[in-house]
Amino acid sequence: MSNYRLNPDSPLDVREVLKDLASYRPRRRGWTWRKEVPGLKMHSFTFKDAAEPLKRSVPLPPAHHFGGIDPQPAPVITTEIASGRFEDDIRRMRMAAHHGADHIMVIRTAGQSHFDGLIEGTPQGVGGVPITRKQIRAQRKALDMIEDEVGRPINYHSYVSGVAGPEIAVLFAEEGVNGAHQDPQYNVLYRNINMVRSFVDACESKTVMAWAGMAQIDGAHNANATAREAWKVMPELMVQHAINAQFSASCGMAKDLICLSTVPPTATPAPCVYMDLPYAVALRELFKGYRMRAQMNTKYIQSSTREATVTHVLNMFISKLTSADIQSTITPDEGRNVPWHIFNIEACDTAKQTLIGLDGLMDMVELKKDGPLREDARELKERAILFMEEMLEKGGYFQSVEDGFFVDSGNYPERNGDGIARQLAGGIGAGTLIPRKKDYLAPVTAHYGYNNVAQYGLKEGENPASLIGGCTLEKPELIQYIDELDETDNAATRMAETEDLRQPGAKYVKPEMEWLGDGTVMLTLFFPVEAKVAQAAALEAARRMNLEEAEVISVEVMHPVDGTRIELKGKVPFKIAVDELVIPPEPDVLSDDEIRAAIEKKPMKVVCGTVGEDEHSVGLREIIDIKHGGIEKYGIQVHYLGTSVPPEKLVNAAIELGADAMLASVIISHDNIHYKNIALVDRIAREMGVRDKLMFLSGGTQVTPELAREAGADEGFGRGSKGMHVATALVKLRDAKK
Amino acid sequence: MKRQDDFASRREHLKGLSDEALHERFWALAGELTSPLLEMGRKYTSPSIERSVLLRMGFSSTEAKALVDGCLERELLGHGAGHVVYKASQLGGKSIRETGLALIEGKGWDGLAEHFSKEELS
Repeated sequence: MSNYRLNPDSPLDVREVLKDLASYRPRRRGWTWRKEVPGLKMHSFTFKDAAEPLKRSVPLPPAHHFGGIDPQPAPVITTEIASGRFEDDIRRMRMAAHHGADHIMVIRTAGQSHFDGLIEGTPQGVGGVPITRKQIRAQRKALDMIEDEVGRPINYHSYVSGVAGPEIAVLFAEEGVNGAHQDPQYNVLYRNINMVRSFVDACESKTVMAWAGMAQIDGAHNANATAREAWKVMPELMVQHAINAQFSASCGMAKDLICLSTVPPTATPAPCVYMDLPYAVALRELFKGYRMRAQMNTKYIQSSTREATVTHVLNMFISKLTSADIQSTITPDEGRNVPWHIFNIEACDTAKQTLIGLDGLMDMVELKKDGPLREDARELKERAILFMEEMLEKGGYFQSVEDGFFVDSGNYPERNGDGIARQLAGGIGAGTLIPRKKDYLAPVTAHYGYNNVAQYGLKEGENPASLIGGCTLEKPELIQYIDELDETDNAATRMAETEDLRQPGAKYVKPEMEWLGDGTVMLTLFFPVEAKVAQAAALEAARRMNLEEAEVISVEVMHPVDGTRIELKGKVPFKIAVDELVIPPEPDVLSDDEIRAAIEKKPMKVVCGTVGEDEHSVGLREIIDIKHGGIEKYGIQVHYLGTSVPPEKLVNAAIELGADAMLASVIISHDNIHYKNIALVDRIAREMGVRDKLMFLSGGTQVTPELAREAGADEGFGRGSKGMHVATALVKLRDAKK
Repeated sequence: MKRQDDFASRREHLKGLSDEALHERFWALAGELTSPLLEMGRKYTSPSIERSVLLRMGFSSTEAKALVDGCLERELLGHGAGHVVYKASQLGGKSIRETGLALIEGKGWDGLAEHFSKEELS
């Protein structure tokens, strides 16, 4: 048994994760919700709707202004990670968990729905990952370690659909998968699997999922993505949710683990919140007791990641105004490619940022109890009821599907005749059902339907598996583990190709977007020409930059003829030797006591200000103020001149006050004005003949120490610098002058 | 089928219902629509359901497939693939796993069908 443990300071070792999988057993079954902590206090704030904080995480970028806190919203946050190489996805899962995801969903490889049985081993996937026992074990094992690292359970999720649904459900129950999509309507409408087979199989799948305490997500949101005008299928969406919800509950699934996958159907430039809110309200009223998995709109996404992000923020505004138990995220690059690492993380951050930003909103506002919101919600419910009434008039579910009731773009009862029709005797798996005989028996746990255990002396209510002394669900040691079936298409051969890039201990690094060593980079370019010319110019630029397989992935018109924004991806052919990199050493920082002693021995006076036409003050105040741990706390005497201080004034003040040093904050960096101002202070001090006596330090968010020194400062300070760094430099520079 | 939106006339019977009554009607209809589907599930089985039973009995996916194909060939699947292995194991006095592996190799099928009832489920 592998003794590998994840070290928070070390890269995740995928090689170790893949060891000893034959003996791995999941530590738990079932779904976990977040623990809400009403009134949570963090820094100087009180959060109304937050969940228990994490042990380790990466906070939002501005967090350093707020004591580094990383408050977590109450809903479970989902991210979908499935690049086709599950071994590379494991590292992304760790990143996502650190950015707040606790529901990791793995999309299946194209075609798995039609695979008649389980896939084994670790073949590479297309548009998703082949879901297999080995792949699940590896990822679940990694997530066990990752959840310990971040301090919150992580739900692992995939799909129980296709013609092998019941087998996949058993596999998931055995391997500790915590949630799954399961909706026979999805098979019927979008995978053309025979409808009777789909529902019969679903009974078994749902029974197994219920036994394992898995959360279920339905497939209704696909109607949004498929219908021509998604906002017109709202009545049908409610019907699809109702069929799966009712059917699942009848199979023994707990209502609070039946999650409706609901998407605000509309997107801008339509007035989407006005249209989507009544739908969201109606749905939550009709489905009280069930859970809401708020998915985001993907139907209208183009290639602009900014546009996608705004749509998703609007979607989460609806979640906040109504409710969401699981908040899904969609990567903003969904409209371009299979998601990249960075966009999974952006999506998680967008969800965390939005939901935390809207924390407590409903303590201050409420939805109106009359007017268009109520009228529209009522109308939607009535339309859904009329839909079901007509289904029954036609002869029930199967007949309605044959008649093309579903995914019609008309706002029911309006019909456009463009729905998806399937035949009762058609589709994949048609004619494969077998009637159970009177003596039918399945001697296992969590089996649905007729099961004649009485013939072997069992009483009603006794577990059929007791006939064989327990099945794999009670005795996991009975599970048969298959490692690989294909000698070439597997993780080991893929990993061998990138061994010198593999962490920990890699000799080389290479840019990466989805797979280790893929070499993919993205460029953002602007050309002052129309779109067609700009695209050609972008590809030519990529060629001259030696990028391989360059491809334009986004084109946005800034003006029809005056400007085009291009995003382009390509691959670099080189790898970088880590040993040969010049990495600037960590600044040598004196201890607080050392600095205090030096200042006590010989007092120091500094003048400071933000120079140039620049009104920024926060950064410099943090460097000087005692309450931020600034240089005042060491006893350094500080004269603060304020903002927009002319360079000559800074030098003159230093002379008048007999200062030892000048500190110049330079924040605005347009046209390199920050370095120009540093050079100006240096020049004025030289012209006045005081530069030798005066130390001169400068800093700002866009300052690099080397360039600041080149411009004329004695030392420069960039983003993240603190009072102790500046005080250390002052003491050392003064010592050096002696 | 194409149809204009006739919501205004079609909803007449719903217009007077309270929200609560409307919700009750919604769920009653959902129940009516799904109960025949559940009944199908009770009475029928499929190759995937039977393979899922065999997985639970301790067979690998490839073994389960071979066993279900064997049952289909011999028209025994309606009794349950797990039942076939269970019955054979009882008759032969061997473990479930040993019995299943032997059946995969084609051993032990002879005369097995006689031990199952021909009676259909009503």
